[in-house]
Amino acid sequence: MGKDLIQKSLKDSLFTGIIALALFGPIVGLRTVAKNEVLVVEPKWFVVLLIVAFCALGRFFINIYTYKKEQRRGEPSSLGKAISNFLDEKGAQIAIAAIAFSIIFPFMPFADRYWMDIAIMMMTYIMLGWGLNIVIGLAGLLDLGYVAFYAVGAYSYALFAIHFGWSFWICLPIAGVFAGLFGILLGFPVLRLRGDYLAIVTLAFGEMIRILLLNWYELTKGPDGLTGIPRPSFFGLPFKRYPDEGVETFHTFFGLEYDPMQRIIFLYYLILVLALITNAFTIKIRRLPVGRAWEALREDEIACKSLGVNPRNTKLTAFAIGAMFGGFAGSFFATRQAFISPESFTFIESAIIVAIVVLGGMGSQTGVVLSTIFLIGLIEVFRDFESYRMVAFGGAMVLIMIFRPRGILAKRKPTITMGKHG
Amino acid sequence: MEYFLQQLINGVTLGSVYGLIAIGYTMVYGIIGMINFAHGDIFMVGAFVALISFILFALTGISLPIVLILVLLIAMVFTACYGWTVEKLAYKPLRKSFRLAPLISALGMSIVLQNYVQAAQGARIKTLQPVIQGGFNFFKESEFVVTLSYLQIFIVLVTIVLMAIFTLLITRTALGRAQRACEQDRTMTALMGINVDRTISMTFIIGSSLASVAGVMFVMYYGVIDFYIGFLAGIKAFTAAVLGGIGSIPGAMLGGLLIGLIETFWSGYISIEYKDIAAFTTLVIVLIFFPTGFLGKPDIEKV
Repeated sequence: MGKDLIQKSLKDSLFTGIIALALFGPIVGLRTVAKNEVLVVEPKWFVVLLIVAFCALGRFFINIYTYKKEQRRGEPSSLGKAISNFLDEKGAQIAIAAIAFSIIFPFMPFADRYWMDIAIMMMTYIMLGWGLNIVIGLAGLLDLGYVAFYAVGAYSYALFAIHFGWSFWICLPIAGVFAGLFGILLGFPVLRLRGDYLAIVTLAFGEMIRILLLNWYELTKGPDGLTGIPRPSFFGLPFKRYPDEGVETFHTFFGLEYDPMQRIIFLYYLILVLALITNAFTIKIRRLPVGRAWEALREDEIACKSLGVNPRNTKLTAFAIGAMFGGFAGSFFATRQAFISPESFTFIESAIIVAIVVLGGMGSQTGVVLSTIFLIGLIEVFRDFESYRMVAFGGAMVLIMIFRPRGILAKRKPTITMGKHG
Repeated sequence: MEYFLQQLINGVTLGSVYGLIAIGYTMVYGIIGMINFAHGDIFMVGAFVALISFILFALTGISLPIVLILVLLIAMVFTACYGWTVEKLAYKPLRKSFRLAPLISALGMSIVLQNYVQAAQGARIKTLQPVIQGGFNFFKESEFVVTLSYLQIFIVLVTIVLMAIFTLLITRTALGRAQRACEQDRTMTALMGINVDRTISMTFIIGSSLASVAGVMFVMYYGVIDFYIGFLAGIKAFTAAVLGGIGSIPGAMLGGLLIGLIETFWSGYISIEYKDIAAFTTLVIVLIFFPTGFLGKPDIEKV
């Protein structure tokens, strides 16, 4: 028995090695390098050898291991199940603790510029994830072009702020409304389509918006991007070391020393508030008729139609509201960066946001937070290995789909139940 | 008139490339009902394998026809390995999962392939010296000389030959029969003693090798590739598959041809900056007004 197993495993791992050689031999082993403007091939056999050996040995041990496991027949250990049970029991306390932690976070001793930047970035993604969660998680529409609304929000904020000089608090709702209108505009023709067709069409729309931004030079300055977007002010008090004559700034008003961190901390709280508004809105709307209609539509469209729910209008509201929150996040992005260009709104951004929502467990608000921390953290950890980090990111998407296809927090709490004895 | 003719020639050449990629989309959709998002990147891998083998063969001094055949075969074999592995790793475990899981997994695979090639081969664009040069010139006395290059003839000829072989494979062989049976009812096919897993694997292998041929042609035709070409080519080929009616193999070829023509005429007569918009707009219009495409079967939703 044991001998047979080892022989079988050896054969299998030999096969794996051959496949690995075929996969990595040409692409990794023969790197094309330009020398004097002519491409030559630079062999890298050692790396290939390492990878092939790794694959073959890995396969061998997996074979042995799974065989033993099959014999033991233990019940599958499920980390996610444990997490979601824990969150179910202590959900409210954890949420309060998390919010409290995020409020005191900027005053932690380790929260320097680097950590604050990461925190702001994560908050932005959490907000985008919560916004997209309305579309994907609640209404069940896979939108692969969400970044288009993010871009519309960012560009409309930037254009209004630059050309009219309006303040952040006026431009923010305008940007949200613009993005929402775009959501209706794009959603109207395509929402009849089925799941995966809808995904591809929204992807196409996202790319169209990007191409438009890239080529409409008069309005968007094309690939050069828009510069000099006004920084946000603290209700009229700018964050500047040397303000214009007679203008009171944040630090003089509160009698503080000037510190560039003040602006960063303000931005952090700004995005925190925006994100929490998104979250509160989603939690609230799930209990309203329209939210219930979204979730019902996600489960069974035909049943909904027969009960008099208009699928198109219901989907449109989800699309428009999701787009609006994307637009809010976009204006925050524009004011934080003070510079935007079509480069920031590529398809990969949409993919990241979709990954956050789906991997978190569609429809789960806490899941979005967990998967943002996991995925953005993953990208940050691999920052020094520039081109490998996206490989790790894509690999994580595939792995989570295989091991937990419903996402990290798969359990969905129904918003309405029949009551205890019902 | 001459200009129109030139656009027509270019469009048919481009359409052949898209058509070959579109077959992969349509076959996979037909058999397991998922959009293989990573297919465009499989095509990109094929183009890279072709580029590397062209560079290597240039050192040996083998005569051109043999080199072409060898490069085509090498690209097909190595790229097929990629298609097979992607299916085994990312799609097979998800076959019984919920609807969007394979799509997300495919999205992840596409990101992996793109960045893996970028890491292994570098982010810079790669240029290949022209392999086949020269061609026929028509209307030499008029202002606009129409050129039909040998390369274009080669591309269209190879496409026609491959399509013929492929059609025979689907209609006349046991494998083709098994494939068509799997498209109709996988459980029933399995009960008839057909290895469904192997049939699906073969579908991916065939689709990937056709995409790799498209990759060989792409690298010869444009002479410039980078790790990102698979994204756009993939969307356009998918559009082609939808236009022809997804699931229908002649439809994919027809759709590819149409998309090639639409794109060339759009960039020839309207605007070259917005040429990608042409394909996207076509996709949207087709999906909204003829969701079944030209040769597709209507999709009936059952309760």
